[in-house]
Amino acid sequence: MTSTDKLVQMAFAVVLFFAVMGVILLLTTRLRSRSGERIQAAAFIAPSMLLIAVGLLYPAARTIYQSFFGSAYQPLLGGDGANFAGLDNYRRIFTNDDLLQVLQNTAVWVVLTPLLATGIGLVYAVLIDRSRFEKFAKALIFLPMAISLVGASIIWKFVYDYKDKEQGQLGVLNGLLKEAGFDTYRFLLTEPWNTLFLIVIIVWVQAGFAMTILSAAIKAIPDDIVEAARLDGVNGLKLFRYITVPSIRPSLIVVLTTISITTLKVFDIVRTATGGQFGTSVLAYEFYVQSFRSFDFGLGAALATLIFVLVTPIVVYNIRQMRRLEAR
Amino acid sequence: MTTTTPTIPAAGTPTRPPRTASSAARESLSGRWASAAAIVIAILWTLPTFGLFVSSFRPEAEVKTNGWWNVITDPQFTLDSYRQVISGADVDLATYLINSVVITIPSVLIPISLAVMSAYAFAWIPFRGRDTLFVAVFALQIVPIQVTMIPLLRLYVDPPFNLMPLAGNDAPGGGFYTVWLSHTIFALPLAIFLLHNFMREIPGELIESARVDGAGHVQIFSRIMLPLMTPAIAAFGIFQFLWVWNDLLVALVFAGGNPSVSPLTVRLAALAGQRGEDWHLLSAGAFVSLVVPLVVFLSLQRYFVRGLLAGSVKG
Repeated sequence: MTSTDKLVQMAFAVVLFFAVMGVILLLTTRLRSRSGERIQAAAFIAPSMLLIAVGLLYPAARTIYQSFFGSAYQPLLGGDGANFAGLDNYRRIFTNDDLLQVLQNTAVWVVLTPLLATGIGLVYAVLIDRSRFEKFAKALIFLPMAISLVGASIIWKFVYDYKDKEQGQLGVLNGLLKEAGFDTYRFLLTEPWNTLFLIVIIVWVQAGFAMTILSAAIKAIPDDIVEAARLDGVNGLKLFRYITVPSIRPSLIVVLTTISITTLKVFDIVRTATGGQFGTSVLAYEFYVQSFRSFDFGLGAALATLIFVLVTPIVVYNIRQMRRLEAR
Repeated sequence: MTTTTPTIPAAGTPTRPPRTASSAARESLSGRWASAAAIVIAILWTLPTFGLFVSSFRPEAEVKTNGWWNVITDPQFTLDSYRQVISGADVDLATYLINSVVITIPSVLIPISLAVMSAYAFAWIPFRGRDTLFVAVFALQIVPIQVTMIPLLRLYVDPPFNLMPLAGNDAPGGGFYTVWLSHTIFALPLAIFLLHNFMREIPGELIESARVDGAGHVQIFSRIMLPLMTPAIAAFGIFQFLWVWNDLLVALVFAGGNPSVSPLTVRLAALAGQRGEDWHLLSAGAFVSLVVPLVVFLSLQRYFVRGLLAGSVKG
């Protein structure tokens, strides 16, 4: 297909979509009665509900079901081998050494990322609050959010670039190490620390999110509370510890949980930076590898289900906190 | 006004306690440390991008032999790398840039339109089971997209009831439909939830009085709601735009590695794997993919922040 063809296809799809929607709206315009209202409601929500049922509900149920089947199940190659395997796929996740390492890495990601990103975002938000360059300072931390995780991984791979000590260094970090007289270091290859260096990338992206939400929360703290505390001689770190942090606690929880949800599902960074080698794989990446490289769909389904199971309580908690925040 | 009111010190304003020298010193010290810490963080956050940015303008031989900070002593700049990644036959990012555009525009417009309509019905048309259904949609935000991928892909490849397959060699639209549909589906729960919240904020009297004047739901929706909802739609639109433009997983799975429908991210990820040492190509390539989202993001930042503050957990 040429580029023009593609653009024509796109225009066609968009026009088709709006034409269908327009027809639905036109057909239901004249309805005023009570039963007419029911038809209108159906016309308004039916397209979305259909897509959600077919594209989310059914596939999710199907994946959970398939996670109990063995590798003869080949959904994309036409084979529907019904070899029920019980909990075998799950047993593999929790006994196989490589997969255990994946679980361990995922745990490190999910614990460290929210803490670091939120911590840095919070400190930064406090430091620049009401300063002269606040807007500009915020934009600097905020910008990585617009960058794809693939782009962010490339940016950081360049920072981590390794060359032998005798050669010219391309990466900033090894450049600094060499200047300081140390040996250069293989940041992305040396286990187990390479996982930490990958986590730096997601922290770099997520800190802006934390800073934005927390900065808004800090600005919402009533002035008289801060003023009263100041009058009592509470300043600097104490003000931060006893006034700022408790006042923004609900926002802090929302930020922490939102980042951990995102982190559980991130696969782009591992794929781009190391390809899951050198002991850096995480659940979301392993799901991709098992499903689309090894074609072990049963195991892939079990890994996806595991992400689902892990993410559910955090999302529920997150949403409840968000509601509480809104209610205030 | 000719009379001037004498300025009376307001009784309510607290008078500051006399500052002791030590407390002033402590404050100024913490102020200086605070600025220093803020500057350090800002530099740490900017330097990585800046380094790659500088490298994208350096000649290949320089990029490959010495660090980008050497531009200070030896400034040499060229656009060769950009020329090579955009129009060079082996990288050819221009094609993928078009693919990204073709993927993104429908993947933003379609879910927003569907979600605005659903959100309106959930907010303002009473029908039986409305709240239950809304909570169900809302709850679906917990479903990670990984859980849905394989069965969904199978539906595209081999749909039931003799429907037309959307994937494969003679797929309609060259195979873009699977990507558009997937992005639409994955966006819907969050979009409906966010837009519904914004819609509930519009005063009910406005709807009521329009109804009394004889307007139907379609008129209210198109004449009153849509204009009022523009900021909310913009907020979610930027989200969805960034999400789709920067997405790798959906593109990899549903475009199936087919280069004629793969977006920039897929090409860049492949480059990073195959030509990891060609930093002149990677740096220029990364910036080609960054330009569009950065411009959109910076120009519409206000709406984006608003969307963030309204809550945003996406599958």
